Amino acid sequence: MASKVIHALYTDDDLLLQAVRQVREARYSIREIYTPFPVHGLDKAMGLAPTRLAITSFIYGIIGLIVATAMMNFIMIQDWPMDIGGKPSFSFIQNMPAFVPIMFELTVFFAAHLMVFTFFMRSKLWPFKKAENPDVRTTDDHFLMEVTLGNHDAKELTDFLFNTGASEIKLIDNK
Amino acid sequence: MYTLSSKLKLFSIILMVVGLLGLIYGFIAAPATIDEVREMVAHDDHGEVVEMPLTGQTEDEIEDDAQGFDFVPSEHQVETERTDEEKHAMAEDAELVHLEHLLHQLQNKPWAALYVSAFFFFMIALGVLAFYAVQYAAQAGWSPVLFRVMEGITSYLLPGSIIMFILLALSGFHINHLFVWMDPDVVAHDEIIQNKSGFLNVPFFLIRAAIYIAGWNIFRYFMRRNSLKQDDATDNFWYKKNFKLAAGFLVFFIVTESMMSWDWIMSLDPHWFSTLFGWYVFSSMFVSGITVIALVTIYLKSRGFLPLVNDSHIHDLAKFMFGISIFWTYLWFSQFMLIWYSNIPEEVTYFVARIEDYGLVFFGMVALNFIFPLLLLMNSDFKRVNWFVVMTGIIILVGHYLDVFVMVMPATVGESWFIGVPELSALAFFAGLFIFVVFSSLTKAPLMAKRNPFMKESEHYHY
Repeated sequence: MASKVIHALYTDDDLLLQAVRQVREARYSIREIYTPFPVHGLDKAMGLAPTRLAITSFIYGIIGLIVATAMMNFIMIQDWPMDIGGKPSFSFIQNMPAFVPIMFELTVFFAAHLMVFTFFMRSKLWPFKKAENPDVRTTDDHFLMEVTLGNHDAKELTDFLFNTGASEIKLIDNK
Repeated sequence: MYTLSSKLKLFSIILMVVGLLGLIYGFIAAPATIDEVREMVAHDDHGEVVEMPLTGQTEDEIEDDAQGFDFVPSEHQVETERTDEEKHAMAEDAELVHLEHLLHQLQNKPWAALYVSAFFFFMIALGVLAFYAVQYAAQAGWSPVLFRVMEGITSYLLPGSIIMFILLALSGFHINHLFVWMDPDVVAHDEIIQNKSGFLNVPFFLIRAAIYIAGWNIFRYFMRRNSLKQDDATDNFWYKKNFKLAAGFLVFFIVTESMMSWDWIMSLDPHWFSTLFGWYVFSSMFVSGITVIALVTIYLKSRGFLPLVNDSHIHDLAKFMFGISIFWTYLWFSQFMLIWYSNIPEEVTYFVARIEDYGLVFFGMVALNFIFPLLLLMNSDFKRVNWFVVMTGIIILVGHYLDVFVMVMPATVGESWFIGVPELSALAFFAGLFIFVVFSSLTKAPLMAKRNPFMKESEHYHY
């Protein structure tokens, strides 16, 4: 279904934040915003839900801890409990201090790497991904707000956006 | 201006009186002679049988005995009537030696209880002073609204360190037996301590203590004075002065703190040494200090005295509590694991004594100081919930009291430890004194420092 969107370009992040608030107040729906750098408070102004990435990371860390514990318990205690330099290998707890460095590192390793992969998957980033850049200037010094036209009048919305301080407004046919 | 509420004043005075009475009881209840100890052991309800080693039997063999391995004398040790009598006499001697050992431990008990609590509250004040200096030296933009709270807490440094010095001096004058290297009889038969006597001798020890205490208190006095002068200043002269003082203090502090930890804590076990001990004690005092800042801030805020302190400030303090708790655990584990791993007899006895006689306290305090803060303060939202921070803070403080407890007690009272009347009374007494001194000092200056160049930023601090 073909839908139309309006691209409004801004040259200043303060202006953009102001515009986002006005657009939301007027109950137009913002589809996407493109900025060259993180704009502090933009997610709050847009009303985006907070990320749950930290929660996944915590779970991955626990998985890493379990992997390390299970691995060393099997290898060092269950499978072949050798006497290596007099270290007590009768039970896991007896020899635990020697395993802590590995338990720590694997916890961090799993928490960090799996979280990064989660981020890549959720944000759909990979090496040969086609860039979704509506305007090349948004990687340098322009801010672009994409507003869905919907059933609104194009002229009215354009005027509204112009009044929020947009420096350039385009009507785009979305395929 | 903050005014000390009469309820808080009464509360602290009651704590002090109750604590003082308990301490007096603790000193009276301590046995004075071997006969009293003999009686105490006989009347002990637990009915613990103290096994005396027989001639030629080591303590290990007694343990084996308990596990069902019978001690069999070798064939060379043919028992005659004569050796039998001798054995009997030696067993009596051994019992006497054991009772004397027990007597010393029981006599040390109220002193050690006093020492642990005195050190614990003193170290909170010193930790806060270090944190305060770090905030100045780092030109932190979030903390100036908390400066008066920190200054109030450091006011305990003077009484606290004087009490510590008096306790050390009493040990030096042989009023108690906390420091075994101060006993000339012990030193005469102990070559290891003899070789350390260039450093561990009473006059030098007290001179060092006086230097540390004087240094910290002088820095504290000037930093507080300059901070008050900055309130009425027209330029940043006193602020700059404080910045330099803070940097100087931090250099002085890290050297003297390290030496203080050798002197006041590590020398309780004069046969043992650890190189990261100074850092370990530092992390303990730092995290307790930050926790107390958070608790006092939340208390004052809840009473409406700190209108400019917002959740973000509490959040930052909670982050510090979280981070430094983990730092403490890192140092605790590094010290423990290195010694456990290499298992060198002269070093490992320190942990053997702690694990065998203090197992629950020793590992319990690691759980309190690590697992609780880790799980309770990991969530960013929880760090903004005041009662959550207070709850975690109380756990951290209990944990670090126990930390000092297991640093001091095994060397002074050994396996005769108990958290009973003297320990709790000492804790109550110093808690009362601490609350009284800190909150009285908070009434002496406005709770908001004026004209600090970072004040505006701090007031609008938002995380």
